[in-house]
Amino acid sequence: MSETVKLWLGDEAVAHGAMDAGISGVYGYPGTPSTEILECVQRHPRAVERNIHRQWSANEKTAYEEALGMSYAGCRALVTMKHVGLNVAADAFINSAVTGVNGGLVVAVADDPSMHSSQNEQDSRFYARFAMVPLLEPSNQQEAYDMTRRAFDCSEEFGLPVVVRLVTRLAHSRSGVHAVPPREENPLRLPEDRRQFVLLPANARRNYEQLLAKQPRVQALSETSPYNAFEDGSDGTMGVVVCGLAYNYLRECFPHGCPYPTVAIRQYPAPAELLRRLAGRVRRWLVIEEGAPFLEEQLRGMLPSGVEITGRMDGRLPRTGELSPDTVAAAFGLTLGSGAAVAQVVAARPPVLCAGCPHADSYRFITEVMKDHPHGRVFSDIGCYTLGALPPFDAIDSCVDMGAAITMAKGAADAGVRPALAVIGDSTFTHSGMTGLLDAVYEGTPITVVILDNGTTGMTGGQVSMGSGRFKEILRGLGVAEEHIRVVKPVRHEHERNVAILREEIAHKGVSVLVALRPCIHVTGKEA
Amino acid sequence: MTRCDLIVAGVGGQGILAIATTIAEAGLAAGLRVKQSEVHGMAQRGGAVQAHVRLSSETVWSDLIPKGAADLILSMEPMEALRYVPWLQPDGWLVANETPVQNMAAYPDLHAVRSAIGAWPRHVLFDASAVARKGGLPKAANMAVLGAAAPFLPLPAAVLEAGIRRRFACKGAAVAEANVMVFQAARTLAESIRRPASVGATHADR
Repeated sequence: MSETVKLWLGDEAVAHGAMDAGISGVYGYPGTPSTEILECVQRHPRAVERNIHRQWSANEKTAYEEALGMSYAGCRALVTMKHVGLNVAADAFINSAVTGVNGGLVVAVADDPSMHSSQNEQDSRFYARFAMVPLLEPSNQQEAYDMTRRAFDCSEEFGLPVVVRLVTRLAHSRSGVHAVPPREENPLRLPEDRRQFVLLPANARRNYEQLLAKQPRVQALSETSPYNAFEDGSDGTMGVVVCGLAYNYLRECFPHGCPYPTVAIRQYPAPAELLRRLAGRVRRWLVIEEGAPFLEEQLRGMLPSGVEITGRMDGRLPRTGELSPDTVAAAFGLTLGSGAAVAQVVAARPPVLCAGCPHADSYRFITEVMKDHPHGRVFSDIGCYTLGALPPFDAIDSCVDMGAAITMAKGAADAGVRPALAVIGDSTFTHSGMTGLLDAVYEGTPITVVILDNGTTGMTGGQVSMGSGRFKEILRGLGVAEEHIRVVKPVRHEHERNVAILREEIAHKGVSVLVALRPCIHVTGKEA
Repeated sequence: MTRCDLIVAGVGGQGILAIATTIAEAGLAAGLRVKQSEVHGMAQRGGAVQAHVRLSSETVWSDLIPKGAADLILSMEPMEALRYVPWLQPDGWLVANETPVQNMAAYPDLHAVRSAIGAWPRHVLFDASAVARKGGLPKAANMAVLGAAAPFLPLPAAVLEAGIRRRFACKGAAVAEANVMVFQAARTLAESIRRPASVGATHADR
């Protein structure tokens, strides 16, 4: 074994690629499957030694803006999040394409096709196209490392943020990676034009023209990128367009080389010249991409008539869910292996709250109180406590997006739902729950919020939670009346007291908040 | 050409990733190409968890093993071993801990689960938890499952043992050595079960 080969997750390869590209900071909010990127920088000896910024942010929007501020100052910044996190950061992201960047700014976004740990399977390639910025889509761990570094070069060459798109199967898969020597950080260098980041309409119109003017060069770079390739094949009955990680499944089917002429794409905008070359060779195409039929949809609209396209949109490949070597093989009419059926005795094993979890005690008192209110509803949110939707609790009625527990409860209360409860975790509350609480406080809306403060961001493995232990002060600051801020301890022997307190606060005709305070068992290492 | 595809299975929290990573690192150390796909996130909260590990002297393309192509399933839990049988070759080995994790409303009849494993032509069903307890490390059942899988991996036991020592080095030499002992005890047990005729067997109840 060569000494320099490291067994890295795709996430870790991105982190090391960014470190070796000379970043001065990484920003992000935890979210599966992206979390290990920032955590890897936190453990990196050189990051510690040089004090590279590596703290979590309150949410993806604040993370993105902080990274943009670092870029403004001329330094390189990496910002990481899961796919739905880019929705939260989208305002900053789209506008940063209009301002342009100063130091290199790379957005590492991890998509989750098949929704292993997510609410949807949106494809971040749409966002890059929307913002008109380059996107790199590595197919393996080595490329995740190499392309992250390349992304910083692209970012500084074009003065644009650049997206690196991972998918779960790369983010959470390990392989050997060769690293190259690191380069220095950028020195502090403020923008020469002080209007660049001032998006007053007059400036924004000028900047937008500049963004459009960059597009031919961005397109030209895709055409010549070493990560986009035309691979000729002997069998012209069919052509293949394959994107990112799906290339691995293609080669799993054809380990000695695909017999069909193939365009392999890992850098966007898609290389139009290579695609036209394929159109000149073959008229029947199979498009294989992980995530949405993003390119397939474009190709169906852009190619000369007579090119017949098959892929996810006509059912040749599954329309939803992540690809596998087997689904790709089936699209070629191949079978890679034949396995037995699952024994009938095997039952589903969904995730559950850990034994001794404080959330379980919270749900016990909440469900007991709500038994008396069949028309009341419990709006909840994203975290371990979402598992309260499953038996034995069946305790919650919603989980939509970060922070929505409070605002949906408010809207439902506006419509007349009584009682309207919101159950939200500590980190989700500070992510984007607290701004919505201001709406309710301002209007005196009758809602009762239960903040489950377990001292950590639990679902993603226990990251810092910046409001934890300080909610009384935060709630007072937001204007919640002192007497309706109730701190309770979710443990069995406090159950009756907690039931009584929740009943009292539900009866209040305004905003009330219970803070259910007890650390996650993974923080304390012991059960209550 | 050397090639081995295996699935490591179990329940979130049982140390599945430690098994998978120890094998993958040993693969790299032995000069093989490696890919290891694993599960993070919500399923780690007591749900079904698996890792695909692929070792080869040639390029490994897919991070996932195709159905019917795995050489080996090793499982920390009996029912979880059966969940991934569609990925196992008909002559592949099924190595499983017989101790169930019953964290669900209706765990199936344990006898039926063990019989289904017993019906697989090549299998090793043993009490990994007991091997770990006997070695003084009740939480090291995963190292016992790793040991039981060792005879079926294209890796020298010494390379795996060195990996275990590295993994536990931070907890002191005594702990590291105790983990290696658990690994070795399970490996010896599995070798006694793997008869020349290559017919699997269930280790007798104690």
